[in-house]
Parts: sequence; structure tokens; C-alpha cells
Amino acid sequence: MSIRIRPDKCVGCKRCIEACPGNLIKLNEQGKAWIKHEKDCWGCTSCLKECKVDAIAFFLGADIGGRGSTLSVTQKGDRNIWKVENPAGEIQTIEVNKKDANKY
Amino acid sequence: METKKIHTDVLIIGGGTAGCYAAITLGKEKDVKVLIAEKANIKRSGCLAAGVNAINAYITEGRVPQDYVDYCKKDGAGIVREDLLLSMSERLNEVTENMEKLGLVILKDENNKYVTRGNRNIKINGENIKPILADAVKKQENVTVLNHVNITDYIVEKNQIKGAYGFDVNEQVFYEIYAKAVLCSTGGAAGLYRPNNPGFSRHKMWYPPFNTGAGYAMGILAGAEMTTFEMRFIALRCKDTIAPTGTIAQGVPAKQLNAKGEVYETKYGLTTSQRLYGTVTENREGRGPCYLGTKGISSEQEKDLFKAYLNMAPSQTLKWLEAGQGPSQQNVEIEGTEPYIVGGHTASGYWVDNNRETTVHGLYAAGDVAGGCPQKYVTGALAEGEIAAEAILSYLQTHKEVPEEDAVKAKEKQQEYETYLSQKQSLLTIEQAEESMQKIMDEYAGGISTDYQYNESRLKLADEKICNLMEDCKKLSAEDMDDLLRIYEIRERLVVCRVVIAHLLARKETRWHSFAENMDYPDQSEEWLKYVNSRMENGNINIYLRELVTGGMAYEHTDSTR
Repeated sequence: MSIRIRPDKCVGCKRCIEACPGNLIKLNEQGKAWIKHEKDCWGCTSCLKECKVDAIAFFLGADIGGRGSTLSVTQKGDRNIWKVENPAGEIQTIEVNKKDANKY
Repeated sequence: METKKIHTDVLIIGGGTAGCYAAITLGKEKDVKVLIAEKANIKRSGCLAAGVNAINAYITEGRVPQDYVDYCKKDGAGIVREDLLLSMSERLNEVTENMEKLGLVILKDENNKYVTRGNRNIKINGENIKPILADAVKKQENVTVLNHVNITDYIVEKNQIKGAYGFDVNEQVFYEIYAKAVLCSTGGAAGLYRPNNPGFSRHKMWYPPFNTGAGYAMGILAGAEMTTFEMRFIALRCKDTIAPTGTIAQGVPAKQLNAKGEVYETKYGLTTSQRLYGTVTENREGRGPCYLGTKGISSEQEKDLFKAYLNMAPSQTLKWLEAGQGPSQQNVEIEGTEPYIVGGHTASGYWVDNNRETTVHGLYAAGDVAGGCPQKYVTGALAEGEIAAEAILSYLQTHKEVPEEDAVKAKEKQQEYETYLSQKQSLLTIEQAEESMQKIMDEYAGGISTDYQYNESRLKLADEKICNLMEDCKKLSAEDMDDLLRIYEIRERLVVCRVVIAHLLARKETRWHSFAENMDYPDQSEEWLKYVNSRMENGNINIYLRELVTGGMAYEHTDSTR
């Protein structure tokens, strides 16, 4: 389980590097963020939430059942809009309002 | 390496739940200079990085703090400090209300009362709980935050704290920090044992893999007394994603089922360790895999579960969606994790007094590093941060002298860092060292592969092998500061491993199934209703047995117990 950072989208703002609780993301010579320790990702998705240009997606490794889908999130005000994209490009979204408490 | 020297009144090591709340509490005294040293960034560091789904320690209406103490005592089979549990429990509701004022969303009913889940839990949206705490810290004028600085050792002289040493995890900077009082709030230790998913997803674990026991190790190396490291914590989790099960088990609610569809939880008992032991036993006896019975829940319930997991463990929601089958169509497979040392769930950690002061003068501990007080969860860690902060304020009233700098010792520590940065790569790599440690602990000290069971012969071999590995790790080489961070994360875990092994050896009974499954002594014994404590003295780990501190008693340090 880890993250994928798209260099074509990354603007090198370093927000993900700053936030990662494991110090796993670094800046490369082209000024783009890359995950240096990809096996060491905890899956907290802090970097996804920091990224303003939707360059980072999260995925499950095949060893824990991953089959190529990715998860990403964009924030609009109080809403977190989560997006799951499967390998066929089909997208499913789930919206969570930060002001709503969990029912469980 | 450049040197940065800092003087402060209070140094907080680790800006997680307890550390941040202590800083907010200390923020009320504007004359006191406070510094938080954090190895990542307090915005998302520690246990709450992804968020949290519920407040699990709260005194609900009709209950009193003593009820919470009684619950913890039962769950820990008596090996808890009732004085610590009570002082924590008395503050659980107050810190919850404070968190709500800071911006935490808590579910309320039509009468404006918190909606409860069972006897001790309330429902929240905790996705942004860590940014909320971090924002509150930033508002304190007298608090400075040093992000991306990893602390490795205390400065202690004649059992008196003077500060700590560390380094910047990106730049070649050595930190020499002097403080009148220090609060250790670094969290517990993950990554000691081989994890559930040892390959690509090796860090898909319950506890934050970045909590590598730094606070424990620093205390152990400084000769502080530690307690109950043999009470390991092993979580019962959703298989593969290692996501929480409580949300489903208590929220839906769902029962634990074996492969035949039989409810087995009632056969083994309902304490935390019994629920786990039941699952391990069902698997061993051929009735696995085990599940939480969710099949048949409504689509409404399923949608709420998708959202709940996005707020704390997003991988579980992704797993359901990717499989094309949610919990309404298939039961959720469960498994036990590798063992962790974590004083916010079990009772492992520093031996502290009611002020949360350790046996080192002026050194305090709060949250997962502080022992004797299990089931803290989020609110208990906040409460301990507050207790320690208040105690530090009164300590500073009588300890005003500025600690004297010690250039010789500082130089030695800096040279230790520089040695790793300059020495040539040996055959042992950082990666290999970690794998080796986890394999030793797994096979010889009761990991997943032995169903958490161990005996004296295996433990003695474990200690020998860990000691050899510690010796070999002195030859590790760091190309940059990032490597240096990872070398120290291994060093601290190896120190913790030795103490875990010593404690497992010392308790000659099986008080908690799975958490400490001693095959030489498979039964519980009245004789062992006592604490197993330890101190590192001249490189040896010496065990001290202490009498229980039960209801109405309060433990205080004296010159002879320091």
C-alpha cells in the first residue's frame, strides 16, 4: 500500500513533504515530489489532503488485495470529496461533510 | 555538521496528542518558554494522522470516573495503577469539552447532549482532530515548534534532566537543547515484530510505524524505571488493511464468527486480550478464517461505514469498493496484528507518579509512553498531557536555575552522528537490520508466527540475537540525514526489544492470553499480582518487582524509589 505522485501534475509546492508523518516524500532534481520510501507508507492520506492540484493518489498493494484502483480526495469547504477510480477509468465518489459526526 | 544550541524552560519531545495538549495547557503561562521538538510535522504526526472515529474514553451520563477505573482494572487483570487511572478518568469529560471548543465535531442529540456508543464512547468526526490540535498550539505565543527534528538522547546529570540532543532530519544540523523540565510524549513502539504484511505493504499496520519507541529508549538508556513492558498490545483488526474493528463490532453491531458461522466470542470472554485469543485459537484449531458478521446489514449502514472508514482508515473503504463487495454482502475477515508496546492501550511505559513525573527529576511522561494507565485512547492522552503540564508549572516554581551547558558531552553525541555519516557501508544495510530484528522477535519472542507464544529458551535466544544485532548496527552507514533518522529508529527499537524480552522472561505466569502467552507457565497465578519493573544499570536490564497500587492508594516517588 502506498501513494503515486504524478509528476505532470505536481507543482513542487512541498506541502506533502512537509506533512508526511514518516518523512517519506522528497523533492527530486526536477523540483517534483516523489515517494522515496514507497513501502513505508502508513496510508494516512495526509499528503492527499495537502495536495492542492490532485497529483497524489493512494492505492492498495497487491499483497493486501489491491487490483489497480486508486483513491484520491479533494476538499471543498467543509466537504471531503473522495474519488475511487478503477483501472477501466470508472469513477465512484463519496462525499463526507466534516461537520457530520460518524454514525458508528 | 552545523550546531544549533537552544535554551528553553520546557522541552516537549513529540507533538502528538499528549504533547500538543500539554503545549496548549502551558500556553496559559505566557512567561514560560516552551519548545516542541517533533520529528515530522505536528499537523499530521502521531497516532491521529488519518483521524479517529470515536472518543473511546468518556464518562457517560449516570457513570462516574471510578467506573472507568474498574473497567480498565478488569481488562488489565489487575496490573494497572489505580491512582493514575483515577486522575486521568476525572479529566476525560473536561478535555472532551475543550476539544469541542477548539473545533472537534461531536454528535449531539435533540437535547444538545453527546450521543453515546455503549458505556464509554461518544461519536465524533475526528478526521481533522490533529490539524485542530496543531492550530491551537500555533496560537500560543510562548510555544515554539521545531518540526522535522529527531531527538535521540536526553541530557541527564545525577538523575536530573537538563535537556536533549537531536538532529534535523533533512539538513546537517545538530541540536543541543537545554531545558529546566522535559516532557516525553513520543508515543509507543511499532515495528519491533514482523508485521502482518511483511512485503510491499509492511507499514499497513495498526499503530503508526513512525512511532519507533524513541521515548522509551531514551528513558531506558538514561536509567529511568519502566513498568509492564510484558503486557504487549495486539490489536484485533480487519484483515490486510489492519483497519479498526470496533466501529463495526460496537457500531453496527456485529459478532465474531468462525468459518462455520458460529459465534465464538462468548466461549473465550470479552476482554481485549480474550477477544484476540479466541480468534487465534479458532484459527489454530482449524475453524478459521474468522469474521465480523456484517452480511445482511442495510445499504444505509454500509454507506455510513464507507464514510466512517474514510475518516480514519481510508484503505478499508478502498478495499470494499475495489472488491465490488461491501460489508452488507460479505463478512469482514479479521486477524490479530503483530505485538506493539503502547501505554495508551496496555500499561507499558515509564514508571511515573501521579504528576506523571518519571524517576528522573524534572522528566515527565504523558500519553503512550507513560505506564500503568491503560485504555487512555485520545482523551486519556489529552488528560495526561494536561496533568503533566500543570505539574511542570509548579515544578518550575522551585526549579528556576538554568541548566549548565556541557560542551564535552555534546561533542561526543555530535561525533556519534557524524560517525554514521562518514563510515563506509558494511554488509549490513538499514533495511536488513530491520528485517533481522523483526524476524528474531517474531520467531523467538512470541510474534504472529508462533501464535504469540514463547518460552524461556526462546526468549534467551532472542536476547542473545538482539544483542548481536545491536553490536552489528554500530557499523551501519548513513548517506544523508534521512538514513541517519532510520538508523536511530532501529537503534531505539532494539533497546525496547531487549526490555520487552527481559519483562516477558520475568513474569512467570500467563496473566493475559496472547499479550503475554508464556508456555512455561500457561496459567494465571495470584503470586504475580505485582508490577514487573526494570531499569538499565551498567548495560544490564535489572528487574524490580513492585507491590500493586490499588484503590485509595497513591504512589509517590521517594529518594529510595528514584
